[in-house]
Amino acid sequence: MAFAYFPHTEDDVRQMLDRIGVESLEDLYSDVPQDVIYREEYDLPDAMSELEVRQYFEELAEQNTNLFCLCGLGAYDHYSPAVIPHIISRSEYLTAYTPYQPEVSQGTLRYIFEYQSMITELTGMDCTNASMYDGATAAAEAVMMSMAATKKKTRVLLSEGLLPQVIKVVRTYAKYNGIELGLIPCHEGATSYGALLTELAAGDVAGVLVPGINKYGVIEDLTCFADAVHAQKGLLMVYSDPSSLAVIRTPGEWGADIVCGDSQSLGVPLCYGGPYVGFLACTKDHVRKLPGRIVGATRDVDGKRAYVLTLQAREQHIRREKATSNICSNQSLMALYVTVYMSLMGPRGLREVNDLSYGGAHYLHDRLLETGLFEKAFDKPFLKEFTLKSLVPVELLQDRLQMCGVFGAVEVEPGLVNFCVTEKVSKDNLDAVLCIIKSLSSEEEAQA
Amino acid sequence: MAKTVEGLYYSESHEWVKVEGNVAVIGITDFAQHAMGDLSYVDMPEVDDELEAGEEFGAVESVKAASDLFCPVSGTVVEINEALEDAPELLNEDAFANWIMKVEMSDPSELEGLMDAAAYEAMCANE
Amino acid sequence: MKYYDKLIFDLSKEGRQGYSLPVNKWETSASDLPAGLQRTAAPALPQVSELDVVRHYTNLSQMNFGVDSGFYPLGSCTMKYNPKINEEIAAMPAFAGLHPLQPAQTVQGALRLYKDLSHALSAITGMAEFTLDPFAGAHGELTGLMVIRKYHMSRGDMKRTRIIVPDSAHGTNPASAAVCGLEIVQVKSNAAGLVDVEDLKPLLDDTIAGIMMTNPNTLGLFEKDIKEIAALVHECGGLLYYDGANMNPLMGVVRPGDMGFDVMHLNLHKTFSTPHGGGGPGAGPVGVAAHLASHLPVPKVMEDEDGTLYIADGTCRCENSPEGAGVFGEVCGCSPECMCGCQACGQISGFMGNFGVLLRAYTYILMLGKQNIKMVGPLAVLGANYIKESLKDCFKLPIPTVCKHEFVFDGLLDQSTGVTTLDIAKRLLDYGFHAPTIYFPLLFHQSIMIEPTETESKETLDGFIEIMKHIAAEASADPESLKTAPHTTPVRRLDETTAARQPVLRYKDM
Repeated sequence: MAFAYFPHTEDDVRQMLDRIGVESLEDLYSDVPQDVIYREEYDLPDAMSELEVRQYFEELAEQNTNLFCLCGLGAYDHYSPAVIPHIISRSEYLTAYTPYQPEVSQGTLRYIFEYQSMITELTGMDCTNASMYDGATAAAEAVMMSMAATKKKTRVLLSEGLLPQVIKVVRTYAKYNGIELGLIPCHEGATSYGALLTELAAGDVAGVLVPGINKYGVIEDLTCFADAVHAQKGLLMVYSDPSSLAVIRTPGEWGADIVCGDSQSLGVPLCYGGPYVGFLACTKDHVRKLPGRIVGATRDVDGKRAYVLTLQAREQHIRREKATSNICSNQSLMALYVTVYMSLMGPRGLREVNDLSYGGAHYLHDRLLETGLFEKAFDKPFLKEFTLKSLVPVELLQDRLQMCGVFGAVEVEPGLVNFCVTEKVSKDNLDAVLCIIKSLSSEEEAQA
Repeated sequence: MAKTVEGLYYSESHEWVKVEGNVAVIGITDFAQHAMGDLSYVDMPEVDDELEAGEEFGAVESVKAASDLFCPVSGTVVEINEALEDAPELLNEDAFANWIMKVEMSDPSELEGLMDAAAYEAMCANE
Repeated sequence: MKYYDKLIFDLSKEGRQGYSLPVNKWETSASDLPAGLQRTAAPALPQVSELDVVRHYTNLSQMNFGVDSGFYPLGSCTMKYNPKINEEIAAMPAFAGLHPLQPAQTVQGALRLYKDLSHALSAITGMAEFTLDPFAGAHGELTGLMVIRKYHMSRGDMKRTRIIVPDSAHGTNPASAAVCGLEIVQVKSNAAGLVDVEDLKPLLDDTIAGIMMTNPNTLGLFEKDIKEIAALVHECGGLLYYDGANMNPLMGVVRPGDMGFDVMHLNLHKTFSTPHGGGGPGAGPVGVAAHLASHLPVPKVMEDEDGTLYIADGTCRCENSPEGAGVFGEVCGCSPECMCGCQACGQISGFMGNFGVLLRAYTYILMLGKQNIKMVGPLAVLGANYIKESLKDCFKLPIPTVCKHEFVFDGLLDQSTGVTTLDIAKRLLDYGFHAPTIYFPLLFHQSIMIEPTETESKETLDGFIEIMKHIAAEASADPESLKTAPHTTPVRRLDETTAARQPVLRYKDM
């Protein structure tokens, strides 16, 4: 029985069984119908030592190809400072549960309070919760929240400029939750204001979800959106990239009621899609409908400043089927991750990240157009990612990049490809990528 | 022992109704506030909301509990007690002095289906 | 643990910085954006040095209690040891550096992990197939319920919109069902703390989508009538959902699939040793019986005949599928059993779940192997019964039968002292233990729910037992020391009422 994670000696087991008053460990399952007890060998590998486990994963890792990343579309390769892994691997954070006992959880509670303070700063909103699973599920929660906050309405409108994975997840939640969805098309790379007005005029709209930066990388101009939605007594919801909010106009400034998105862009590793950290923020009018954990400041009996989970009456353990959501956790450790990131970066660091990304992205954008292999898809402002119309077959372009160890030119729509540049990418890197792409042009000429 | 007030109507879901002409003044009972503990929030309807008898119109919340409020009579909300927005503890201090909303009744005969103080006390004794 | 009262904002000083970035040599910057698209004032984030950050978060961590700090007998949470090797594997750059949209041929190792972990979970639970996309237990519940609804809908059985949930269920069960558009029908527990089969029978009709059960239930009791319940529910056309929050005592002993369950979730952060991280990230894989496999969500990992792995995204891949058939079987006309992905219940996560958590869980499974897995459940159950038997002379034990991984006391045996469950929990903190789960389940007024897990030694349990007895004695001799507890923690009892009445949720509002 000796195994590193089981501390029991045979003598321990004997003594414990004696105290309980049974003969054997099997007797502890005497209440279980004997025909459901599984007596066969489990179809699992033999137990491995740590050394063998390491070897196993090293071999598995060899089946992956780490590529130089020029892709965005909801997962961004920003630089993660060395400090962060050291902080988040502290076991007092890592191995704690949800902070139910505030007296011994002030570490967790305080960083969540800091996280809330920072997210509200970036979004320009009054309140946020302690984080959500990811951006797509945060968007689904935002949509359900708009239904709960407006009462007696049946429809929510989504911009087609939202990332496809966000639309798919919202559609799934809406389908089972009984929410009718309408789509607002894009016009020249941005959510169509005219189409919004038409849809709103049809009535019964609880909320409208639009991207701050859309799937084409275009920064949406949301002038008049809030007024139009509010005129119909609906809520304006914006899906945002928090990193970008250090420089672009905030959802708060656009007049949004609810803001959601994924904070992965705040230095969280790509990690094949998770763990990331969604966020959901709102104006103070709607805080009582905000799902998930929320931390508030208070004092203890001695008057010391302290923090505690608050507004819990909204939550599933109290309201059960009447809760605003079934969420009963947050991505706490990832919230710590982005809190440490924002602390290190500060307002100037985050601006610098955006300036570097903007500079690199625009350099690549302009040089790609110069190759003659691409055309502008839209003439709209962008930050770190953009979409071009490819004049060479997209598959050929992607294969060539991949052969040279580069991941980019993901197809957003037929013939339209995405590129994303962060501060991790240098001019030398981009010149090398441009060289690879230009080789396609000389081949095409040779073929012609 | 929670107190009751004579001359009011009571619902099974612990609301009281005081009739002023065609207007029903509605609040929660002392029994209810006592069961909830320190109240932290009162979710109230909006003026002009139309409510059916038995329809949910809001909720009261304490730190560890929440309870929905049900309208004992049908009608239109004509006034809400805005003082409760900032001071939900008023309901703890005196649940009968602090009403939650006033409803212009559309069918005052519905009052007949509610309890008087004695019947309500008997019901609470069994809870 | 010592008290440290600063927020990171309190350390901020204009002009300090904690970052280092390459010199900006680009010719353009974000300030070239149209003025109307730029924010007007910089966000008021802290400006601190690197050491400020390191010291601040180190100081904060010291006000926290984790499994590595001490015994954490939190019922229904399975606070077992989180092996360190898990963390090292999850941090390997060959996994942590993968973009989720990378082409399948460049992520075959990652996709193989999905396949292998799914297979291992199937072996452990007796379910045919798993999705690893759900992010947490509650998210798994919601996903599993979507599968159930999709199953009924795909057969044209539209009126099955009600789900049975026992009164002892975790609060997430009814909440997940409501989010999924299901109406909740409650079934009562009997005096023995189990689902009352006689109360269940009249609830079963052709509007029932299924029943959600936790087994062992939240009282730590095995639902011994499970096979009869399964037969009754199946007979009426419903499905059985297994809430895997309490899977740990059955691991290596009983498989939910063999009990008749059709759908289940697992909490990898409970049963499979991935760290709770102060509330997440976790993972809530959902397993289903073979006849429901086509309804698992997308994206899902599929295998070609030559062993190459690829991802199905829900778009119909069948040969005769019409052009632009859309996703989730809305247009393509395939049968409900079609496995190409088109019959999926939908997509429930942005990409494919918490991959980093999945790596940790599989590391744990490889360490356990087929040999050690058989001891997880029995040793967890041994510890729980040992504590229960050792303390039942001091605490009220409403249900005295053999328990599984956890059990519930209903406060002190001597209830004349006025000492409540809350006081006991707070006093435990003074003695260096985390508190058990309290005031849940709701079946008793003074619930104290204790779950020790298999990774705690007899010495640790003996230490806990001794302190619990000591606290029981204190309750009679010096009740005031309990009612004012804790005394030695960084902060003491908090004013939660004011926190809820006048919420202060950010630094700016302090």
